[in-house]
Amino acid sequence: MYSRPTVVGLVVRYTLIGTALIYALFPVLWILSASFNPTNNLLEQRLFPRNPTLEHYRRLFTDPTVPFPRWILNTLQVSGITSVITVFLCALGAYAFSRFRFRGRRAGLLGLLLVQMFPQMLAMVAIYLLLIRIKEFVPWLGYNTHPGLIMVYLGGAMGFNTWFMKGYFDTIPRSVEESALVDGATPFQAFLRIVMPLARPILAVVLIIQFITTYSEYVLASILLKGTEMYTLSVGLRFFIQQAYDRRWGAFSAAAILGALLILAIFLPLQKLIISGLTGGAVKE
Amino acid sequence: MAGRAVVAQGVKLGLLALLDGGVVWAAISLLLRADYIPFAILTAGAFLLNYVVLSRRAYPLRFLLPGLVFLFAMVVYPIGYTINVSLTNLQTGNLLTKAQVVAQLEGRYYLPPDHETFTYWAFRNPQGELRVILLAEDGRSYLSERNTLLPVDLTDPRFVRGADGTVVAFDDFTRLSWAQIYQSLPALERLDLMWEGVHVRLATVREFGTYLRKYEYLRDADAIRDLETGIVYTAREGYFTSPDGVRIEPGFQIYVGFRNYLDVLRNPGVRADFTRVFGWTVAWSFLTVFFSFWVGLVLAYLLNDPYVRGRFFYRSLLIIPYAMPAFISALVWAGLFNTDLGVINRIIGELFGTKVRWLQDPFWARTALIFINVWLTYPYMMIVSLGALQSIPKEMYEAARVDGATGWQRFWTITMPLLWVSVAPLLIGSFAFTFNNFTIIWLVTAGRPAVLGAATPAGATDILISWTYRLAFEGDRGNQLGLASAVSIIIFVIIATISAVNFRFTRALEDVSRGV
Repeated sequence: MYSRPTVVGLVVRYTLIGTALIYALFPVLWILSASFNPTNNLLEQRLFPRNPTLEHYRRLFTDPTVPFPRWILNTLQVSGITSVITVFLCALGAYAFSRFRFRGRRAGLLGLLLVQMFPQMLAMVAIYLLLIRIKEFVPWLGYNTHPGLIMVYLGGAMGFNTWFMKGYFDTIPRSVEESALVDGATPFQAFLRIVMPLARPILAVVLIIQFITTYSEYVLASILLKGTEMYTLSVGLRFFIQQAYDRRWGAFSAAAILGALLILAIFLPLQKLIISGLTGGAVKE
Repeated sequence: MAGRAVVAQGVKLGLLALLDGGVVWAAISLLLRADYIPFAILTAGAFLLNYVVLSRRAYPLRFLLPGLVFLFAMVVYPIGYTINVSLTNLQTGNLLTKAQVVAQLEGRYYLPPDHETFTYWAFRNPQGELRVILLAEDGRSYLSERNTLLPVDLTDPRFVRGADGTVVAFDDFTRLSWAQIYQSLPALERLDLMWEGVHVRLATVREFGTYLRKYEYLRDADAIRDLETGIVYTAREGYFTSPDGVRIEPGFQIYVGFRNYLDVLRNPGVRADFTRVFGWTVAWSFLTVFFSFWVGLVLAYLLNDPYVRGRFFYRSLLIIPYAMPAFISALVWAGLFNTDLGVINRIIGELFGTKVRWLQDPFWARTALIFINVWLTYPYMMIVSLGALQSIPKEMYEAARVDGATGWQRFWTITMPLLWVSVAPLLIGSFAFTFNNFTIIWLVTAGRPAVLGAATPAGATDILISWTYRLAFEGDRGNQLGLASAVSIIIFVIIATISAVNFRFTRALEDVSRGV
């Protein structure tokens, strides 16, 4: 595909890559610098701060008017619980679709395929009204609660992930469970002890992708949560920086860096795994 | 083993029995509160659960049910609900049901011109019960007794007089000071005392008056009669409306059929907004996918070149925009593009001595949004293209080289067609995703700048989904939930069409029909 390039060709190549690197990294470097810059004002910022300081980071964890630790905790809690339950429930469903033959199986698969096409946030009005209604009966599960938000996320995560995992379970030969079934294990035991360990890669992919997706979700969280103490990071940060670019840029940058680092620390080492999941296995890496 | 199985079975049945007990208790309390819909959901759910646990035939459902519950409650039901709302006039001013509106109207009163007034003393006992003594202008006095008024003789020794001769206490009731009366106003306003066929209610802070009921619901005619004027208001288009078109607020919910959809097509104001927003939504998705694909493809081509050194290092750096949570990137970019404070305008200012009104001018706001979204999306395209490039067999290039094809020819005749096959479905998927990428729009411009004279709250950079959000949650013209739901359904139809096209590229549907 490639032949040895001329000197001009090489210069063109490195120039293009250099330009792309500037494009890609400029915003990241700029907020990294802002987070160490003593000023809080966007306008007075310089790329290499004169008196670098950790003040903004310190403020995030000590200033009670910036509930950053609370937002991070809320986010980790909501994303963690959502992703773990998603993996378990979708694995259960995928196993049934992959291994059992029952009436309505094909209709179920088709239904799953259709439902996962519907972006959940299109129904935001309905979900909002539903959670307000649920609050009347079960206060801890309704509007403005984390369990309520998790429940909404779980609903949205079922369709695609069940479908996705089923594809993987189909590639695990049945023979691996058959001996266990012959020995008198129930299908549930075979699922838990034999198939789940074999499916570890796909479980990890779904867990990580669901975690990142939930971590980054903004719309539903912003509709369903009220009050700074309840916010997740996405809602909280928006609330924090909105109309305050001249006053809070430094603290915001520090929060953005920390918030992004958490995900980068998961994403970069595991990128192959994640990308194979995000492209639905359509592209081999 | 057998022993353990029996124990397990016992534990399972025990738990089920416990749960059923709880359900019965909850169901009865719901019935007593007349909450029939939650009652129906609860009972149906309980029966399903028992069936699934007890029946052998329902064994697969034991695996499926936990996930299905969430799927139904949080996706399928909301879809149905959205369709339902899209067929109603649900909006600010029409949020109540007709029964609620009738109840509200029947609780309204008016003071007829010839009404009587009473001054009053209010009393409360240690149990918090409130009673009043009313003094008519002609000197007669009355004491409230539950919701009636009884004549009373204030010379009776049970009434304790104060220094100024007024009653300060009786039985275990003590008189309220004015400060206490102000605190108790809501309770006083709720008093509705029947006396000689009229309603005696608080008229001003210092007086009670004889009120008459304002409205009467005529069940057979489905109309409201104004008892003061005699005008009959019939139920029309969600309001009780008089013959000359005067409406009583508030209105109520009604089904309007496809009117919300027809509004989008035919109502000039709504249609103009829809067309503009739809046009920008398509442009935004198309341009994002177009530019990010080409940027991604060029980078993939470069990073796949064995003569370029440090490819893996560059690749890890170039992937960073994709790995950052999008909401963080969007907020950061909104800061960088800030017209007065942002670094981008500082650079432009130093180079050209001018300022671009990034987030105030429609054209520049859209340019900035696409620039930002390309930044967010190109790494995905790069990764996808890189994978596709690597899967093209080397022999094809060898053969082409032998045939004397130039590098450019090889790219267009071999690389692109083969790449296209595996990448096209992902581009369509990416288009559909961008079509509904609310987060970026909302966190960067929030749909602004506003469009002057728009019929609905649709800004210059609003895409369909953010327009829906504004219609539903933040219009200055109230919350138009019916219209918002109709737009949601229209978006879904568009997305479903795109996905249906995409199925032709993927094998998903065939997998289902083959039944694997």
